Amino acid sequence: MIDPQLFQLICFYAFGAVTVGAALGVISLRNTVHAVLSLVLTFFSTACIWLLAEAEFLAIALIVVYVGAVMVLFLFVVMMLDIEQEKVREGFIRYLPVGIIVALIMLGEMVALIGVRAMHAQTMGENPATAMGVSNTEWLGNALYTQFLLPFEIAALILTVGVVAAVALTLRHRGGARHQSASQQVSVNPRDRVRLVKMATEYPASVQPAPAQPSAGDQETKP
Amino acid sequence: MITLSHFIVLGAVLFCIAVASLFINRKNVIVLLMSIELMLLAVNINFVAFSRFHGDPAGQVFVFFILTVAAAETAIGLAILVLLFRNRSTINIAQIDSMKG
Repeated sequence: MIDPQLFQLICFYAFGAVTVGAALGVISLRNTVHAVLSLVLTFFSTACIWLLAEAEFLAIALIVVYVGAVMVLFLFVVMMLDIEQEKVREGFIRYLPVGIIVALIMLGEMVALIGVRAMHAQTMGENPATAMGVSNTEWLGNALYTQFLLPFEIAALILTVGVVAAVALTLRHRGGARHQSASQQVSVNPRDRVRLVKMATEYPASVQPAPAQPSAGDQETKP
Repeated sequence: MITLSHFIVLGAVLFCIAVASLFINRKNVIVLLMSIELMLLAVNINFVAFSRFHGDPAGQVFVFFILTVAAAETAIGLAILVLLFRNRSTINIAQIDSMKG
């Protein structure tokens, strides 16, 4: 029987390798659609790593909100735009060494600066949520709706502003296109459209009306 | 067993991949937007790890806010991109220089 902690470590390395591999795919794949799909894989395996850290709510939120909504938006835009792949890729080989060198130096500096060796001693203790006897979602919600209520409302406001801005940016009025204007339709006055006309009754020529009428030809007709 | 340094190193590696992407994909705005997403993801991994290891919910609440702001940023960024492509028929950064900055 395999040790559960060893199993956790194996899972972490497996998901971590998939995450890093997919991230490398994002930045190096030639086709942009493939790059977006690779980014989806990155998010998915990161959600698995968050599950290993017992942050279940955020892991599911990452999949539902990010993979389900934001990445689909990305795919939508990428497929809508007609991009010439070769033009966009020029300079890739030229700047590749610079990119790799900068990334490696930065990685070395980060790992050295934040003291990975000291953190290596810090093992995963008991889950703070289960220590309080609640689930991860409840633990998070308790903090979110009491201590962070105002930031939560502001986040909702930011999303609203984002939606309005995105619509306002992409909305366009094409000249010459015919479409309905609901406000004009609603605010129209019935008197401008229909005219009720009073007129005398008309009879067919064969039927002679009452003797008061002189002849059928004198009848007033209106269109 | 999993230690804090595992998460931190994974976050650092993801962040450095995203930084390298800024250098090598300097013509393609879509890939640049995606590398910003990768950077935010690396930061989020760090937040989740520290929140779990220190037993503080504030870290995970902050990840929640980062996801919110990143979603709004992506929506506006893609809207600007669509607008740019409609007006200039290109997303090559080298050709987007009408503001002479």
